[in-house]
Amino acid sequence: MIVAEQKKLDEILRMVAPYERVLILGCGTCVTVCGAGGEHEVSYLHNALKVAQRKSGNGTHALSEYTLKRQCDPEFLDMLAGRVEDVDAVLSLACGIGVQAVSERFRQLPVLPGVNTSFMGMPKEWGIWDERCAACGDCRLAETGGICPITRCTKGILNGPCAGTKSGKCEASREMDCAWVQIYQRLEGLRQLDSMRRYYPPRNFRVIPRPRRIVAKSTAGGNDGQVAA
Amino acid sequence: MAKSLLEEKLYSQEFLVTTEIGPAKGADISEMVHHIDLLKDRVDAINITDHQSSVMRFPSIGGCLLVKERGGEPILQVTCRDRNRLALQADLLFAHSRGVHNVLCLTGDSIDVGDHKEAKPVFDMDSVQLLRLARTLESGTDFAGNQLKGSPQFCLGSTVHPEADFIEPQLLKFDKKVAAGAQFFQTQGVFDLPALRRFMQYASQFNVKILAGIIVMASARMAKYMNENVPGITVPQAVIDELATAEKGKGLQKGVEVAARMMKTIREEGLCHGVHVMAVGNERVVPDILEAAGLACVRA
Repeated sequence: MIVAEQKKLDEILRMVAPYERVLILGCGTCVTVCGAGGEHEVSYLHNALKVAQRKSGNGTHALSEYTLKRQCDPEFLDMLAGRVEDVDAVLSLACGIGVQAVSERFRQLPVLPGVNTSFMGMPKEWGIWDERCAACGDCRLAETGGICPITRCTKGILNGPCAGTKSGKCEASREMDCAWVQIYQRLEGLRQLDSMRRYYPPRNFRVIPRPRRIVAKSTAGGNDGQVAA
Repeated sequence: MAKSLLEEKLYSQEFLVTTEIGPAKGADISEMVHHIDLLKDRVDAINITDHQSSVMRFPSIGGCLLVKERGGEPILQVTCRDRNRLALQADLLFAHSRGVHNVLCLTGDSIDVGDHKEAKPVFDMDSVQLLRLARTLESGTDFAGNQLKGSPQFCLGSTVHPEADFIEPQLLKFDKKVAAGAQFFQTQGVFDLPALRRFMQYASQFNVKILAGIIVMASARMAKYMNENVPGITVPQAVIDELATAEKGKGLQKGVEVAARMMKTIREEGLCHGVHVMAVGNERVVPDILEAAGLACVRA
């Protein structure tokens, strides 16, 4: 899932300042799960903005709120049609994809990001999320015991640990496990250390001509199970 | 024919001494030049570090050119932290063109430990890949397989950490570096002789030269600081305790003593092919260490 963090109230207040009528728009998927921009956070932010306006004494914003099931899907954006006609801006609490989807659909409308999109990851425990995938477009988890060195090694290197690792931790932060120590231990357990002894050439960044696009080859989508010739 | 004076010496039976100089933080290079002049004839080669600990400084190649101008033998340090594969190749071609052939290939410290923490970490390559890249240039093509007009020549080295608390993955990487073309290794600071002996037993199966890294500590406080803040370094408590016995103001003198003793043992036991002295800002005491270790001589 995509993990995001809500921006600080000060920054949000500065962003919405020029607009009189603002729709706070939540998203029902990833940002709901990570508690950054779902229905609950929309309502909470709505109240926080009202209180801040009252305190500062110069607020004349008319705030409204709504949460879409998914902001990144054109199908769901149709539901917004009647709700954005009389607003001056949308404050989207979706990830960067949602913000851009709304912005593309309603071209006359400024769309402001209410969250910082952080990474793709998973919860470690409630309130703690860890990054797990860098969407590099060239997955090599089969060779690294299911632990991603591109995401979990601070240098994203491919041929084993640097010399900065100490007590299994990363030189960049004592809180962070060294991905290569973990990969070694996992591969050892799987009796697959040979895959770590292999030389890996530098990454092919050509698999990432930005922005990326995927075109499904068949209506079924994805891999049809055949091995490429 | 040897690619450099250092390479020639690597394959002689000489016990080698290399050292390193941290380049200037700023445009005033007078202190650096002073250090080069002080050390160039006392050691076999001088490394010029490449933004060591990710702290922005005068470039390694600039320092290497100064070493050459002053009549010394430079070792260019190249990290993958700040340059992608195009820039790395260009820098290596330039180094060759100016007679700098010794290259220490490193991955580079994390940006997070340095003084520009918001910079983009590049790491387009790692140390193993960089060694291969340099060897590829030597073979007459660039890293994308295009023909070069004239190919460079390098004597390549890298680093290894004999005292890593989890040595197996480090040894695995060491093997890869050897296979990629490393001829010599300057180790991380060594303090623990049994660990060094075990490592040397392992390394002796390869035809590579190992120069034991010797860190000169100025005080017990510095040793503790390094343990906390410098990637990969662990100064044992016994060494810290010995440094702590120094009288006030004589910490560095004690550090020199500890370093010299280590070097002497390594040489007398014939444990390694040489030593690499890292004085970390106290380059001026390197001649004293060499004297105390019985390694003082003209090495021009």
